[in-house]
Amino acid sequence: MRRIGVFVCHCGSNIAATVDVKKVVEMALQEQGVVHAEDYPYMCSEAGQVRIAEAIREHQLTGMVVCSCSPRMHEATFRKCAERNGLNPYLVEIANIREHCSWIHKDMAEATEKAVILMRAAVAKVHLNAPLQAGESAVTKRALVIGGGIAGIQTALDIADAGYKVDIVEKEPSIGGRMSQLDKTFPTLDCSACILTPKMVEAASHENITIHTWSEVEKVSGFVGNFTVDIRKKARYVDMDKCTGCGVCQEKCPSKKSLNEFNRGLNTRSAIYTPFAQAIPNVPVIDATACIKLKTGKCGICEKFCQVGAINYAQTDEIITEQYGAIVVATGFDTIKLDKYGEYAYGHSKDVITSLELERIMNAAGPTKGHLERLSDGKAPKEIVFIQCVGSRCSDDRGKPYCSKICCMYTAKHAMLIRDKYPDTNVTVFYIDVRTPGKNFDEFYRRAVEDYGVNYIKGQVGKVAPQPDGSLLVHGVDLLENKQILKKADMVVLATAIEPNADVRKIATMLTASIDTNNFLTEAHPKLRPVESPTAGVFLSGVCQGPKDIPETVAQAGAAAVKVIGLLAKDKLKTNPCTAKADELRCNGCSQCANVCPYGAISYETRLVNDHGIREDRRIAVVNSALCQGCGACTVTCPSGAMDLQGFSNRQLIAEVDAICR
Amino acid sequence: MQELIVRAKELLEKGEVARVLGWKKGEQEYDAEPAFFETAESLDNFVYNGFCGANLSKYMIEAGKKEGKTLVFLKPCDSYSYNQLLREHRVDREKAYIIGVGCKGKLAISKIPFDGILKVSGAQYPDAQEILTVETLYGTETIPYKDAMLERCHVCKGKDHVVYDELLGESADTVDADRFAEVERIEKMSPEEKFAYFQSELSKCIRCNACRNVCPACSCRKCVFDSTAFDSEQKANTTSFEEKMFHIIRAFHVAGRCTDCGECSRVCPQGIPLHLFNRKFIKDINALYGEYQAGSDLECPAPLTSFTTTDAEPGVGRG
Amino acid sequence: MPVTENWKPTIVAFCCNWCSYAGADLAGSSRLAYPADVKIIKVPCSCRVNPMFILRAFEKGADGVILCGCHPGDCHYSTGNYYARRRMTLLFSMLDYLGVEEGRTRVEWVSAAEGVKFSETMNSFVEKVRALGPNVRLGDLRCKN
Repeated sequence: MRRIGVFVCHCGSNIAATVDVKKVVEMALQEQGVVHAEDYPYMCSEAGQVRIAEAIREHQLTGMVVCSCSPRMHEATFRKCAERNGLNPYLVEIANIREHCSWIHKDMAEATEKAVILMRAAVAKVHLNAPLQAGESAVTKRALVIGGGIAGIQTALDIADAGYKVDIVEKEPSIGGRMSQLDKTFPTLDCSACILTPKMVEAASHENITIHTWSEVEKVSGFVGNFTVDIRKKARYVDMDKCTGCGVCQEKCPSKKSLNEFNRGLNTRSAIYTPFAQAIPNVPVIDATACIKLKTGKCGICEKFCQVGAINYAQTDEIITEQYGAIVVATGFDTIKLDKYGEYAYGHSKDVITSLELERIMNAAGPTKGHLERLSDGKAPKEIVFIQCVGSRCSDDRGKPYCSKICCMYTAKHAMLIRDKYPDTNVTVFYIDVRTPGKNFDEFYRRAVEDYGVNYIKGQVGKVAPQPDGSLLVHGVDLLENKQILKKADMVVLATAIEPNADVRKIATMLTASIDTNNFLTEAHPKLRPVESPTAGVFLSGVCQGPKDIPETVAQAGAAAVKVIGLLAKDKLKTNPCTAKADELRCNGCSQCANVCPYGAISYETRLVNDHGIREDRRIAVVNSALCQGCGACTVTCPSGAMDLQGFSNRQLIAEVDAICR
Repeated sequence: MQELIVRAKELLEKGEVARVLGWKKGEQEYDAEPAFFETAESLDNFVYNGFCGANLSKYMIEAGKKEGKTLVFLKPCDSYSYNQLLREHRVDREKAYIIGVGCKGKLAISKIPFDGILKVSGAQYPDAQEILTVETLYGTETIPYKDAMLERCHVCKGKDHVVYDELLGESADTVDADRFAEVERIEKMSPEEKFAYFQSELSKCIRCNACRNVCPACSCRKCVFDSTAFDSEQKANTTSFEEKMFHIIRAFHVAGRCTDCGECSRVCPQGIPLHLFNRKFIKDINALYGEYQAGSDLECPAPLTSFTTTDAEPGVGRG
Repeated sequence: MPVTENWKPTIVAFCCNWCSYAGADLAGSSRLAYPADVKIIKVPCSCRVNPMFILRAFEKGADGVILCGCHPGDCHYSTGNYYARRRMTLLFSMLDYLGVEEGRTRVEWVSAAEGVKFSETMNSFVEKVRALGPNVRLGDLRCKN
């Protein structure tokens, strides 16, 4: 019989205001095997842990239940406390009477009754808990960063500076990401390229960093400390070692009608191209869908003009397999598609553009060489209307429910830059709210209004109607004046919502990392573990976790790097001891369990078994506990119940069921 | 039958097999039961007739532990069960010599609706038109062979053996019913009617475990209902719920593995149509995950140890 | 069946550690109420839930059992919920076949970010079970009298 101690936490008033903790203690003492029960305002505090330590010693506890907050909060705390005091950490169970009880129930009697039942279930389980020992696994001292935007670059640089090898996988031909497409950055108006390209160069020249551009992650297996990743290196058709980046091939290429992705499709590029001048690596790729040689076999002009013989039309995709100890997701974002927003005439009028397109128009390397002009007729716009929250903060399924966070600031930036450079152009901004929480952000916005005369109108736009004369008629409302507004504009700029990169769901699935309904990756804890995925060894950097601006992205990238460094600094990791185990006397050797194991952790061996005096050779399942991650799929496939999961055994779960239903 | 005995004797005498697994005469023709024969002489008690419904494949688990090869006679449908056991590594193909024996439908004594049965003749070499002659305490009666066939033979899996070393005898196609008609009939009932139906059937269960013991898929060394694995061991004061749990779990454990051999219903002393549990799962599996016949193939993925990412959601299609 | 006004159902909710248990935590920290009748049992993955557990709950007096896991495709163990989905599909179909009221069992995929969905799911499930009243059929399928 176990000697169980029950510790009931008040969590200040978080629990005690709704659950009668004294009653829980009183009821605990009536449970079989419970030799000690007490309550305390903060069990997780130093003083609370001292009380637990004393109780373990005084009552020679062989099991304990803490009725407190979620095990996701303090299970580790209490397990460590038990371990320090000579009790195996796996003899500790948590009854979650805060998140699952006191916080969601109002009636004290009802909540107390439920807390008692949750306590009983935990006591029933702990009766059957076995002391478990964590195993150890080695750590591969190399990290993978998926995505080579500012988030991925910063994470890689920080990891590399700490002395660890790191690989960046970027699907585009160059690293740089969204930031490389921006013209200026708020709130300081630095030139984006001027602050980004030194980082790109640093990453490319860092001895610890390997960059795989034009590459994608194909397959991930393994677990924290020991990931195996297949990377597809897409055919570039250009030899990276030979190419000098002279650019002659791009000049001579006769196929020049492909939409330039880097300029958001606002102009065209050649079939062989580098996305932008500062690209890293400065080695072009051939777009196989546009290249005449690859499509028809004729042409070959680039090959003729390449003085170093770098063109290789026979190149094919290559899959490389690498080992990593940690993986950082930095897959970034894109703007949403606007096909559900017909009222803004995006796609009907060339002069209705997204803010990211405006970035390219205002950039010297962009389609208009940095001149602000209408894409329809090349004229300088005299009236520009900005529409905020296009697809953000949206209550229907056309857009996104969240605030994209960066739009208020970049719109203020755009408005200010236009008023500065083109003082005779009027700028009007339609907004729902202007949100400027950030260092020097509100000051920046006020400068736009007060110093640059940008006309902010609180209200939404219902329609943008292209007029026969080429202008755009904006139908809006002014909520403060409570009136309809009809405004003639030469250009309309949509602050389009951002969303996680389309590939992130595929990557999350490969990494078994949690993802939310908006395709943002989920943190291990929204406040306390914001850069870790719940999947051990997977970290989050940048907008893949949630909307953020550049300084926040860089800060988070650094934080993710620190977590990676902390992991790679360890030689060994403790493994989860809650793994599956087969009972040789019950096992039929039928192989069904191996069929459902996602880790290939189950094999079979024939060995001599002594089944109550019957000695015979039997085929028995054997679990490799280093590979087993403890999902339990095998346990349900096993008809005889031979396969069981330590820490979540059949009898433990049945005991919990019984305790709840009794 | 004679050719089976001749061949068995031959193989025994040549020492190619150490024993024969077949059916033994009972007191009556309809009492045939599974038996091992170790000598040529003992084969005089061998019988193969319309009452040899018993599926011998499960006995091959124990036979495999003995020295030497065992000659086993498998009817076409039995061969599916053997194949399934092979897939699950429960039998050793190297230690079996399989004679695929012809079958023209097997009989159920319970389907012969006469009281005081003394003797049944005509069960030797059935043809479609064959008539059984039944001597009873009250006189002689006749019944068409077909009408006395086991339920499973009306929905026969076919004349072909899926595993064998040699074939002896002819088989006949005996299908004359829709395999899922009964399941569909129950599915169409109201919940109250369904409940009433199964309540009346399961209330007959005496937990004798005959279904479990005969089932080739229920071949666990230690059944969960006899072990402490789930705290579900059969207890003296077994609750009414446990019968239900037993039958649902038993059906679940064999789902995707049950070949629909019908032995459970054949041996149930209470006449509970137990195959209706298994067949419900088979019907669902076929409808939801594609046609699947357990035992027909050693390699193809089994329905409960595989999946597709677009599988139906639990409970979809409920009212 | 006699249902007193104060009758409260017993409901067992199996929640996977990675998504649904965290979703329940989020419902808690967001103070999104649902009835106290729901008691959560943590399992590592929805594929850990054995039909035996579900039937055992009914045997011991549960009026409803709900299983929550990660959305298909998002399983922490890659494939666990796909197996759970097939198992539960068949099990529930069998329970329907036996005439057990369909509202007593349910599977719902709830991610760690879906505190609202967790709360809404529990509210609607409890409402349904309350409407069905105490579970008699599963307890009574073999009623010898």
